[in-house]
Amino acid sequence: MTDLKEKLLSSFIAFENQTNIDSYVHDIRSEAIKQFESIGFPSKKLENWKYTSLKNLLNNDYSVLPKLNNVLEFKDIRKYLIDDIDSYKIIFVDGKYCSHLSDTTHEGMDICTLSAALSQSKYELIVENYFNKIAHDDGITSLNTAFSNEGAFIHIPKNKFVEKPVQIIHFSTGNESSLMFQPRNMIIVDENSQVQIIERHQSLSENKVFTNSVTEIYAEKKSIIDYYKIQNDNPQASLIDNTYVHQERNSAFTMHTFSFGSELIRNNLNISQNDEFIETTIKGVTIIGEKQHVDHNTLINHNKPNCNSHQDYKGIYDSRSTGVFNGRVLVKKEAQKTNAFQSNNNVLLSDKATINAKPQLEIYADDVKCSHGCTVGQLDKNALFYLKSRGIPEKEATALLMYGFANNILKSVKIPEIKTRINHIIANKLGVKIGFNL
Amino acid sequence: MSKYTEDDLKKELETKEYEYGFYTDIKSDTLPIGLNEEIVKAISKKKGEPSWMTEWRLDAFKIWKKMEEPEWANVKYKKPDFQKISYYSAPSNKPKYNSLDEVDPELLATFKKLGISIDEQKKLAGVAMDVVIDSVSVATTFKDTLNKKGIIFCSISEAIKNHPDLIKKYIGSVVPKKDNFYAALNSAVFSDGSFCYIPKGVKCPMELSTYFRINEAGTGQFERTLVIADKGSYVSYLEGCSAPSRDENQLHAAVVELIALDDAEIKYSTVQNWYPGDSKGKGGVFNFVTKRGLCEKNAKISWTQVETGSAVTWKYPSCILKGDNSVGEFHSIAVTNNFQQADTGTKMIHLGDNTRSTIISKGISAGKSQNSYRGLVHISARANNARNFSQCDSLLIGNKCGAHTFPYIETKNKSAQVEHEATTSKIGEDQIFYCNQRGIDTEKAIALIINGFSKDVLNKLPMEFAVEAQKLLEISLEGSVG
Repeated sequence: MTDLKEKLLSSFIAFENQTNIDSYVHDIRSEAIKQFESIGFPSKKLENWKYTSLKNLLNNDYSVLPKLNNVLEFKDIRKYLIDDIDSYKIIFVDGKYCSHLSDTTHEGMDICTLSAALSQSKYELIVENYFNKIAHDDGITSLNTAFSNEGAFIHIPKNKFVEKPVQIIHFSTGNESSLMFQPRNMIIVDENSQVQIIERHQSLSENKVFTNSVTEIYAEKKSIIDYYKIQNDNPQASLIDNTYVHQERNSAFTMHTFSFGSELIRNNLNISQNDEFIETTIKGVTIIGEKQHVDHNTLINHNKPNCNSHQDYKGIYDSRSTGVFNGRVLVKKEAQKTNAFQSNNNVLLSDKATINAKPQLEIYADDVKCSHGCTVGQLDKNALFYLKSRGIPEKEATALLMYGFANNILKSVKIPEIKTRINHIIANKLGVKIGFNL
Repeated sequence: MSKYTEDDLKKELETKEYEYGFYTDIKSDTLPIGLNEEIVKAISKKKGEPSWMTEWRLDAFKIWKKMEEPEWANVKYKKPDFQKISYYSAPSNKPKYNSLDEVDPELLATFKKLGISIDEQKKLAGVAMDVVIDSVSVATTFKDTLNKKGIIFCSISEAIKNHPDLIKKYIGSVVPKKDNFYAALNSAVFSDGSFCYIPKGVKCPMELSTYFRINEAGTGQFERTLVIADKGSYVSYLEGCSAPSRDENQLHAAVVELIALDDAEIKYSTVQNWYPGDSKGKGGVFNFVTKRGLCEKNAKISWTQVETGSAVTWKYPSCILKGDNSVGEFHSIAVTNNFQQADTGTKMIHLGDNTRSTIISKGISAGKSQNSYRGLVHISARANNARNFSQCDSLLIGNKCGAHTFPYIETKNKSAQVEHEATTSKIGEDQIFYCNQRGIDTEKAIALIINGFSKDVLNKLPMEFAVEAQKLLEISLEGSVG
C-alpha cells in the first residue's frame, strides 16, 4: 500500500490534465500542491492537532480521484434532505454534480457549482477576487486547494433576500473500497443581502470515506448569513471540514454545527472580523458514542473595534467516544470595545469517554469584555430521580435531560424544519421514541 | 491633589526603576564559563558529593544534551547561550556561622536594603531562614528549635552528605531528570538549594523560609528544593527571590519537589521579584522553573505565588493528586510591566478518587508586557468523583499589553466535575467613577480595585509574606497601589 501523501502527489498530474491548465486557478493549485508536499498531513505534534490523530484515517488505500458516477433517484436521497420546505439544492454524487437531483438558479443570483464558475469567463473576475483568498495554507487546506474543482458556488448580489434556503449535499456511493473527496465551496453574499444555507455530507455505502472539505464564505457589508451543518454520516465516514469566514462591516454570521455521526469529524472554523459592528455567533451540539471522535477547532479573529462574538458548544459523550473543543478568541490591539463570550459544556456518560477542552483567550486590547466558561459534569441525579418518580423510565428521563441540555443551542435555529429534523436525530441517537416537541 | 489619570499612571510605571538593583561586593568563587562533563564533575567535587550523586548529575547531563529547548510557551526571547554561563558561584569566604553576628556584614546590609533583615525577621516573625546567596547556603537559623522536633532543614548539599537515604529515595521522584529541558539542566548542575524533612505527625512550629538572590554577573542560578512531609505532618514553606540590576539576561532554572505523604499538608508560598529588565526591555532574568508536588492519601499541597519580577517567566507549579481524597490548590498573582513576559499557571493531575483541586489565578498586565495563564486539569479514567474549580481573571492597564488564557481540560471519567471560568477586562470607568463620586481620588480608586482584584490570593499568603507581597505590587505597579 502506498503512502497516501505520495499517492495524492502523483495523482495531481492526472487531476490537472482533466482541468484547464491555462486558467487562473491552475497556478493556485500548483502552489498549493507544493505547499502540501512540504507540510504534509498534520500530526499530533502540532499544538492544534494535539488531541486528534489522523493516523488511522490516513492508513487506508483511498481512491483519490473517484471515477464512478452512480445514478441516484430522488427516493434514495429524500430522507437526507430537509424535504418539507421549498429550497434550492446543489447535489453532488461521488464528487460530481448531479443535475437531475439539484435545483439551482442563475436568476438574479448564482446558486450553482464551482466547476461552472471556474470554467465560464463571466465569473472570471469573481474567481480572481475571491477564490482562495481567505483559506489558510496549512497542509490539509492546501491539499484541498490543489484538488479544488467541484463544490457549491453561491453568489448573492446586493440587496437580495434569498427566500428559500440553499441545501448543499455531498453524497458518496462508493463502488471503490475507500474513497477520498475534496469538495470546495465558495459563498459570496454581497451588501445588504441575506441567505440561509444547509450543508451535509452523506455516505450511502459502507465503504470508507474520507472527505476533506473547504468552504470560503464572504459576508459583505450588512449581509446576514445563517449556516447549518448537519453531520450525521455513517460510522465508516470521516470528515475534515475547513470553513473560512470573512466578515465586513455590520454583517452577521451565524453557524450551527450538529455533530452526531461519522468515525472522525474535525471542524476547523476560522472567522475573521474585518470591520466594525460585526456579529458572529457559532454554536454546536455534539452527541456521540461508540468510538467516535469529534473535534471542534474554532478561531475568532477580532481585528476591529465594536464587534461581538458568541460561542456556545455543548457535547454529550458516551461509550469510548472522544470529544475535543479547542476554541480560540483572538482580540487584536485595535479591537477595542470587543465583547467576546465563549462557553463549552460537556457531559460524560461513560468512564471510557474522554473530553479535552482548550478554550483560549488571547487579548491584546484593554477595553474589552471577554470571558469564557468550560464545564465537565454529569446529569443531575435529583432531576433524574424527579422524572423517574413521575413514571418516566430511566432511558427516556435521561434522554429528556440531555435534550434539555442541548436545547439552548436549538433555540436559536431559525428554520423550524431543521429543528424537527435535529430532534429526530437526537431521539434516534439516544434510542428513545420521544418527539421532543415539548 | 491634581487629577491622577491613567496616562500619569502609565508614565510612572514606565519610569519606575528597579529599587532593589544593587550589587553586593562579596568575593565569589566562580567556575569557568561553559558546560561540559568536566564542569558537572567539578561542581560535584567542589561540593564534596558522594559518587552516586556525581553519577546522577552526569546522567542528567547526558539526557539534557539530547533535549531541545521548548518553544511552545507564549513568550519571545533570545535563547540563552548555555556555553556562556558560569554554572557555579559561591561566596568564597564561607566559614560556618554559629550566630548572625558572624555573617559578612555586607550580606546583612543587603538584606536590610531589601527590607527583610534576618535579625528583624528572626525576632519579629520567628522565621527560620536558610539564606541562599548565589546558590550556597550561608546561614541557617533556628536550627536548634527545629532539631528538637526532629525536623531537618538544611541546604541540599548538606542533606546529600548527611541524609543520603532520604535524598536517594526522593530526589527526582516528582520531577524526573528527563522531565523537561530545564529540569534536566538543573539536575546536572544544581549548585545548592534547600532540603526539608518533617517527621511523622509533626506540625512545624514556624514558617520555614529561604531567600534567593542572584549576585554574580553572568551566573545562572540553579537551585534545587526538596520538601518531604511525612505522614500526618504539616509545614508552611516560604521562598522569596530578588536579583540586582544587570544588563545581560541571567538564567534561573530551579527545580522544586514537594512530597506530601498520607495526611500531610504542605503550604508553599513564593514571592518572586527577580530583576525584570529596565523600561526598554533590556536585561532581566529568565525564570524557567519546574515546581511539582506529589500528594498521597488525604494529603494537601497548596501553592501560592506572587510573581512580579523576571523578564521572562515560565513556571507551572503543579500537583499530582495520586492518593485518594487528596487536595491541590494553586493561588497566583502575576504582575507584568514594561517588556516583561510571563507564561505561568499550573497542572492538576487527578489520579486518585475524590481528589479536589482549586485554581485561582489573577493576572495584571501593564506597559508592553504579555501575561499568559496556561493550566492543565487532567482527570484520569480511574479518578472517580474528582472535582476541579478554576478561575482566571486578567486585568489590563493600557492598550499595549496583552492577557491570555490557555486552559487545557482533559477529562476521562464520567463522575468528574470540572469548571473553568475566565474573564478579561480593564478597570472600568464606572468603577472609578463610583469611587470618585464618594470622594476617593483616582489613584486611590485604582489601588482599591487592584487590591480587591488580587485579594483572593493575597489572603492566602502567610502574614510575613503578605507585607512583602504588598510591597512588591507597589513597586511593580506604583501609583496604582496605595
